[in-house]
Amino acid sequence: MIETRGLRKSFISRQGREKKTVEAVRGVDLNVAEGEIFGFLGPNGAGKTTTLRMLATLIEPDDGTATIAGADLRADPGEVRRRIGYVAQGGSTWDDSTAREELVLQARLYGASKAEALSRSAHVLESFQLSEYADRKCKTYSGGQRRRVDIALGIIHEPRVVFLDEPTTGLDPQSRAHMWDEVRRLRAEGMTVFITTHYLDEADALCDRISIMDNGEIVASGTPADLKREISGDVVRVGLPVSAVSAAASALEAYKLETYEDNVRLYVDDGAVAIPQILRALDAAGVPLGTIELHRPSLDDVFLTKTGRSLRES
Amino acid sequence: MKLFRDISLIFNRQMQLLLRNPVWIVVGVFQPVMYLLLFAPLLKPALGVRTNAEAYEIFVPGLLVLLAIFGGLFQGFGLIAELRAGVIERSRVTPVSRVALLLGRSLRDTVSLIAQAVIITLLALAFDLRVFLGNLLLAYLMLALISLMTSAVSYGVALVVKSEDALAPLMNTVAQPLLLLSGILLPMTYAPGWLQGVADWNPFSWAVNGTRALFRGDLGAPDVWQGLLIMAVLAVLAVAWAARLFAKSVR
Ligand SMILES: Nc1ncnc2c1ncn2[C@@H]1O[C@H](COP(=O)(O)OP(=O)(O)OP(=O)(O)O)[C@@H](O)[C@H]1O
Ligand SMILES: [Mg+2]
Repeated sequence: MIETRGLRKSFISRQGREKKTVEAVRGVDLNVAEGEIFGFLGPNGAGKTTTLRMLATLIEPDDGTATIAGADLRADPGEVRRRIGYVAQGGSTWDDSTAREELVLQARLYGASKAEALSRSAHVLESFQLSEYADRKCKTYSGGQRRRVDIALGIIHEPRVVFLDEPTTGLDPQSRAHMWDEVRRLRAEGMTVFITTHYLDEADALCDRISIMDNGEIVASGTPADLKREISGDVVRVGLPVSAVSAAASALEAYKLETYEDNVRLYVDDGAVAIPQILRALDAAGVPLGTIELHRPSLDDVFLTKTGRSLRES
Repeated sequence: MKLFRDISLIFNRQMQLLLRNPVWIVVGVFQPVMYLLLFAPLLKPALGVRTNAEAYEIFVPGLLVLLAIFGGLFQGFGLIAELRAGVIERSRVTPVSRVALLLGRSLRDTVSLIAQAVIITLLALAFDLRVFLGNLLLAYLMLALISLMTSAVSYGVALVVKSEDALAPLMNTVAQPLLLLSGILLPMTYAPGWLQGVADWNPFSWAVNGTRALFRGDLGAPDVWQGLLIMAVLAVLAVAWAARLFAKSVR
């Protein structure tokens, strides 16, 4: 649905007299499949917004190619615009307009007739649970309500792909959860959703596949589960009476394992699959079991191994 | 066809927001009325004319041109607010015509300027100003062209500088000499020769002369068509330039 090759963009920024070139995006290759929630995870300044703005035809790439929903970004930006929706990081509503006015205008800018724009707006307001506030000025909305209006504006024309730039930043946990539901609903309606975030849990829980971006480059891509498994698989920690450790170690010798004073740790591909097998092996050998824990590497571990920094710190 | 549709969409939206905020009408009319009441009476002796009507004939067209120039040049502030709110970026991801993004706004400015001009003309009529309707309409055309041009320039500059802090001094620096050298407040006929020579290079001085000729009832004066032509050409250039900026990257 989205395919990019070697996308690049640098900015010249002036600091006083000095001119500095910032390489915001340096060669991004992406493949986003139809109907998935694709996540772009990266710290501040990684180049997420710049990539999105290129894909949304707002700025021209310095180099590289992209096809979005079948339209060529370079050759036919007009067609790309018709097929995509874009929700900017900083919002897009005007204080003195109401949500309904904004939606009707946006639908009409996409070519809808007045009647069509009105009915679509009513429908979208309904599905985003905004009907109650629809005719109040945007400046009176809460952060979460206003963000939902932004998303509604981005999908009013039923695009095949929608780009959401940090849709949950600044929202409280409840509004975030609400927003996740909205995004999943868009996928259920058949839309491809391209979302940026710097929340690990969001990338993990919401996205079907992610690319981790740092410093203008993609450092890793895959499903959150695959990425984490790539690190080391899962760790199963089996707590035992001290006397039972050696018996457990021999019963589990088929696994890659390390023994400690009162536990053994097994490195497995998929802990969820391994745990029942481990339990059966220990049971068959008559080893008394204390505790069993599954540790999963987090996306932060992935980021750490790829960049040498923790995403939480940056 | 799409262009006209897009222009009217943007225009209607802008007009709706403008009318929702009626403060501009009070501010926009109060100031010129002050000029009419407090400044114009000084003019009768200064201009060496016999009647109030004659003084207004010179002063009112100048005042209207002044409003058109300044009203237009400061429209960029509104655009910067829209840029900041993300409204412009939101428009630019749609297939809407980029020319319409500019013209919809500039036409709103032009319409509100003409509304202001009508109010002022009506007041001046109460002070014995007399002008033929046809000439008045041509004068309004001149004002519309000026306002279209200055607001397009202001939007273009706003898109380049992107900040109020840069726009305000820039617009003032441009506007002051233009104003002084246009003979808006007093006709340049009283200026020394070298100053008149400089003023001839100021397009607005042609516009003011043309508008004054119209208010005088001198439709045949070359000032009229020259002023209109110069303003029309400049308006087209300004619109083309600013529309291109709307199409280019904006942040
Ligand atoms: N218009 C611009 N002019 C100059 N530099 C820019 C411009 N836009 C972006 N940059 C720079 O490009 C780099 C990438 O910025 P970008 O906004 O794409 O990051 P991001 O990943 O979206 O970050 P965040 O999570 O903070 O939104 C940054 O160093 C930024 O300062
Ligand atoms: Mg960003």
